[in-house]
Amino acid sequence: MKQIPESVIEVRNLNLSYDDYVVMNNLNFRILKGDIFIIMGASGCGKSTLLKSLIGLKAPAKGEVFYGGKNFWREDESVQKDLMRRFGVLYQSGALWSSLTIGENIALPLELYSGLSASQIQDVVELKLALVGLSGYSQFYPSEISGGMRKRAGLARAIALDPDIIFFDEPSAGLDPVNARMLDDLILQLRDTLGATFVVVTHELASIFAIGSNSVFLDANSKTIAAEGSPKYLLANSSNPCVIEFLTRGEKQGGE
Amino acid sequence: MPTDKINFDYSTPKILQIKLTGAWLMGSGIPAISEITSQISSRADISQITFSASQISKWDSGLVSFLHGVIKECRRKNIKVEKKGLPEGVCKLLNLTEKNTERIAPQKTEEEPFFQRIGSGVLRFKESVLSLLGFLGEIAVSFHRTITGKAYFRFNDFMLIVQRCGADALGLVSLISVLVGVILAFIGAIQLRIFGAQIYIADIVGIAMVRVMGAVMTGIIMSGRTGASFAAELGIMQTNEEIDALKTLGVNPVEFLVVPRILALVVMLPLLTLYADFMGILGGYVISAGVLGINPVEYLNHTQSAVKLGNLWIGLMHGFVFGLIIAISGCFRGMNCERSANGVGEATTSAVVTSITSIVVATAIITFICQVLGV
Repeated sequence: MKQIPESVIEVRNLNLSYDDYVVMNNLNFRILKGDIFIIMGASGCGKSTLLKSLIGLKAPAKGEVFYGGKNFWREDESVQKDLMRRFGVLYQSGALWSSLTIGENIALPLELYSGLSASQIQDVVELKLALVGLSGYSQFYPSEISGGMRKRAGLARAIALDPDIIFFDEPSAGLDPVNARMLDDLILQLRDTLGATFVVVTHELASIFAIGSNSVFLDANSKTIAAEGSPKYLLANSSNPCVIEFLTRGEKQGGE
Repeated sequence: MPTDKINFDYSTPKILQIKLTGAWLMGSGIPAISEITSQISSRADISQITFSASQISKWDSGLVSFLHGVIKECRRKNIKVEKKGLPEGVCKLLNLTEKNTERIAPQKTEEEPFFQRIGSGVLRFKESVLSLLGFLGEIAVSFHRTITGKAYFRFNDFMLIVQRCGADALGLVSLISVLVGVILAFIGAIQLRIFGAQIYIADIVGIAMVRVMGAVMTGIIMSGRTGASFAAELGIMQTNEEIDALKTLGVNPVEFLVVPRILALVVMLPLLTLYADFMGILGGYVISAGVLGINPVEYLNHTQSAVKLGNLWIGLMHGFVFGLIIAISGCFRGMNCERSANGVGEATTSAVVTSITSIVVATAIITFICQVLGV
């Protein structure tokens, strides 16, 4: 098997389905190191399902997902777990563990895998909270803070172990424009400082153009990838009417 | 039967003109679509329909939904529909509905025939039995990993669950067990009075409470209280993607969430049973001594001689088994919860139903075994 050195994730002939209902067919793409890779498409087209397959929550009906040459769905459970430890995931709702405080949420992955002492863990927790602008919220429970803060706390947890790949499921959903942009900025800064690769599932056009360095467009009608490339390139050059319609919010080309 | 709101005009060959008059409002009654379809079917030569709506005084969604139905029906029969004669707003709304149905919705499965329903019910049952067995296996493996110190176990979380399903339940358990003791004493008194053997109320209350009633009542209380809360808690965690978050971190949710809950309940239920036994005997004592006029000291002596240690062990074993049943059914339903508010409700209901049913069945089985063994 030929290995392309730069690619962090490689998806080959991936088919996704729920029982008999086919969601996506024949997906092929590569995500390179340092990319902010956007998975976009209309609501309900299967973006989140694809994400679940990438982060190891839903086995694909067919096809492979490679992480640095390791075929994820063919590996043993222990290898899968090792690979999953290199991921950080920010879920749509934040998915903070509601019985733990914000601080404990971020500390949990560190307690599990970092081997640091309790006081060192506290220091890392404080650092991660400061990075997402939530210093001083360590003792709060998830139910006591706002939705936007929960998302940022979720991000702090996702980056707790300095992962190689960070996945975002609709990061700006439910956030006001200012908070959404702050999150975008945060993603860019984290990419530049941590050197991690980002995979972002979204349909927020502003975010797509602001942060996306590469992307795939999933088309619900043909049930596969309709276009691939950087969002700006696609807007300027794509010949696919669905892609143009999506990237221009369906406003007619040449119109206001 | 045509209403006064619709008139049909066949003056042009092959074309049916539908004249709409009056107020077409949802509140004032809308004619059935069948009035149009019956006209169409009665004349096979019609290839197009047109509308004349100049006589319409008022309209709302009632008219639009009527026309939407008519157009769908005509399309099915390959009849052309000319919308020109309709009010402009109606045309726009109809065009909007057509534009938005471009993407064909996936077919919902239709109502299955009777035998197929039975068949798929059996298959679903088989699947749920298999997934329960899988869950039990997972619990066994996780339990082993917890004992050998390989699993991630947070002692503080465990103690919190212990508190919630132990100490916090004391009030309710006290109330119910005292009352059960009281009821047993009264029922015993009715019969035993006839023979002048009222002192044997002490034996009835003591043995019944310690051997089975204490555990059964505690089990039923805890099903409703803790079993339901386990199912709801885990169900909401499932809905909230919290369990996904554990999985992607490489933490086994069964080790992290289910094992501590089972351990806590298995430890606490026998203890609560012991407490319920005591409270039940107390209830019987108060009634016997205070209302039924039995000598208090004699009552205590009788209780002491009647209740053997063997009875206590049987009661505690009931408690242990019930703890296992309640915790497993609560956690199983919660972990398999559908991701919606409705799903959480169903998970909670079925957790309580499963555990109460299983408690009664388990009691019957244990009683039968004790009978056979002669203990």
